[in-house]
Amino acid sequence: MSGFRTLFYKEVLRFWKVATQTVAAPVLTALLYLLIFSHVLESHIRVYGTVSYTAFLIPGLVMMSVLQNAFANSSSSLIQSKVTGNIIFVLLPPISYREFYAAYVLAAVVRGLVVGFGVLVATIWFAPLEVDNPLWVLAFAVLGGGMLGSLGIVAGIWADKFDQLAAFQNFLIMPLTFLSGVFYSIHSLPPFWQQLSHFNPVFYMIDGFRHGFFGVSDVSPWLSLSIVGACFVLLGMLTLFMLERGYKLRN
Amino acid sequence: MTTAISVHQVAKRFGSVEALAGVDLAVAEGEFFGLLGPNGAGKTTLISALAGLVRVDSGRIEVMGCDVVADYRAARRQLGVVPQELVFDPFFSVRETLRIQSGYFGIRGNDEWIDEILENLDLSSKADANMRTLSGGMKRRVLVAQALVHRPPVIVLDEPTAGVDVELRQTLWQFIRRLNRDGHTIVLTTHYLEEAESLCSRIAMLKAGRVVALDSTANLLRRFSSHALRLRLAPGALLPPAAALRATEKDGICSLSFDRFDEIEPILAELRVAGCTLEELEIGKPDLEEVFIRVMHGLQGDRG
Ligand SMILES: Nc1ncnc2c1ncn2[C@@H]1O[C@H](COP(=O)(O)OP(=O)(O)OP(=O)(O)O)[C@@H](O)[C@H]1O
Ligand SMILES: [Mg+2]
Repeated sequence: MSGFRTLFYKEVLRFWKVATQTVAAPVLTALLYLLIFSHVLESHIRVYGTVSYTAFLIPGLVMMSVLQNAFANSSSSLIQSKVTGNIIFVLLPPISYREFYAAYVLAAVVRGLVVGFGVLVATIWFAPLEVDNPLWVLAFAVLGGGMLGSLGIVAGIWADKFDQLAAFQNFLIMPLTFLSGVFYSIHSLPPFWQQLSHFNPVFYMIDGFRHGFFGVSDVSPWLSLSIVGACFVLLGMLTLFMLERGYKLRN
Repeated sequence: MTTAISVHQVAKRFGSVEALAGVDLAVAEGEFFGLLGPNGAGKTTLISALAGLVRVDSGRIEVMGCDVVADYRAARRQLGVVPQELVFDPFFSVRETLRIQSGYFGIRGNDEWIDEILENLDLSSKADANMRTLSGGMKRRVLVAQALVHRPPVIVLDEPTAGVDVELRQTLWQFIRRLNRDGHTIVLTTHYLEEAESLCSRIAMLKAGRVVALDSTANLLRRFSSHALRLRLAPGALLPPAAALRATEKDGICSLSFDRFDEIEPILAELRVAGCTLEELEIGKPDLEEVFIRVMHGLQGDRG
């Protein structure tokens, strides 16, 4: 069990040592989004009848930061270790593939939560925001972070070079997170795009997370929880399967 | 004696390359074992298979009786590997690196042993330096230290002295020898054959994924002959064809092997007839390099 603890600790230490890049920078990015979008749209849009646009945007940005940073943590750690070759240090010891999975996913969740919390602290001053039900907030943040952390492991193992990982990030993660209702309620979309959004698991993460703040959302939080939970389990199984087979790592 | 490492019929292909073609080996506990072979012979692949870094296509490997696949946790606890590539984690200092490596093996509070390793590898003054700031040779020492944090009974070193200065080589070998005296089994690959000759008690030679020689160092050295006649010819001179056939050459020194001293006279006579001028002449024991070259040319030796 201690192999897992050390690997988890090492993964957390790794991003914490360069917190300017891994925590401060994404917080600043989210803050800029908030300043620009809320400046342009605040007076034009009201969501769910009563919620101001800025208040609506804040949870979306927080969750987007959680997801993107969870993904970034496991994927960049793995690709760096593979490219520099120091991945060997975790492959030589008696660490099982399950411990390996748990350590990387958990560290990704921690990074996601730390950044998410940072974004919340930096943006909360711009609009009155109350938490309707903190359990939803926490559940979606942890499950979403875990899922993207898992996806980060898959991407980090699959990619052989940094540009392949960047492609994964630009063509999959970015569209999925941006087209998920971070910046808008999907009810404001034309029907086709509304339908399409329902196939995006990230939409349910954001929507459920938001429900924790406002008590209202586009779809029921229970539906979102089921879908996010199912995706988390499926992706986890795929990742564990890859790790067990030693795909690209032990070959 | 128990077997520290046993390799059974191990085969591994990378695409069309047959990296290991049915390797059989056994290393006894406490041995200082040399694994030699030219570039691409399959040494690193064999070590990787031993360490669970690559999965073999067929065959079985055990470390201290533990199967490296079925019982990988036990097997990896018994094994310390110094990789051939100079790798490091730039996020951490030397001490952090070693503490983390201990933790991976489930060991906490390992500082006493870590200090001892650092001392022995002449790294104490660099304990708190970031890995990035170390020179190549120092990084290599940290790799050795990392392989030792869990006090493995079996230690495998893949070319540990590549790019390392003379002084460290001496310190390193002293330390490894001591570990061997304390009962650790050592497996070493190196391209410095004098090193292997003086350190290893038994040697396997690998060529294109096959074991082409496996014997005690002493027997290997005697395999082709008991003695060697080494000659340096005057510039421009060539050995007569008959002598050239049985000679190996290195750094301008031709080496001819023979068993009985009365074989020297005919050789010298032949040289005289051919008009060869000698600049240097020496009689000694055949060295591992000569044996290595002959084995790699497919000779088996009539005495082995
Ligand atoms: N990951 C890999 N993918 C493809 N081919 C590989 C891989 N690893 C090794 N090989 C091939 O397997 C063969 C054996 O390589 P290996 O690294 O085991 O040789 P070696 O004896 O350690 O050589 P050296 O003395 O140069 O370190 C070589 O032909 C090499 O090209
Ligand atoms: Mg090698």
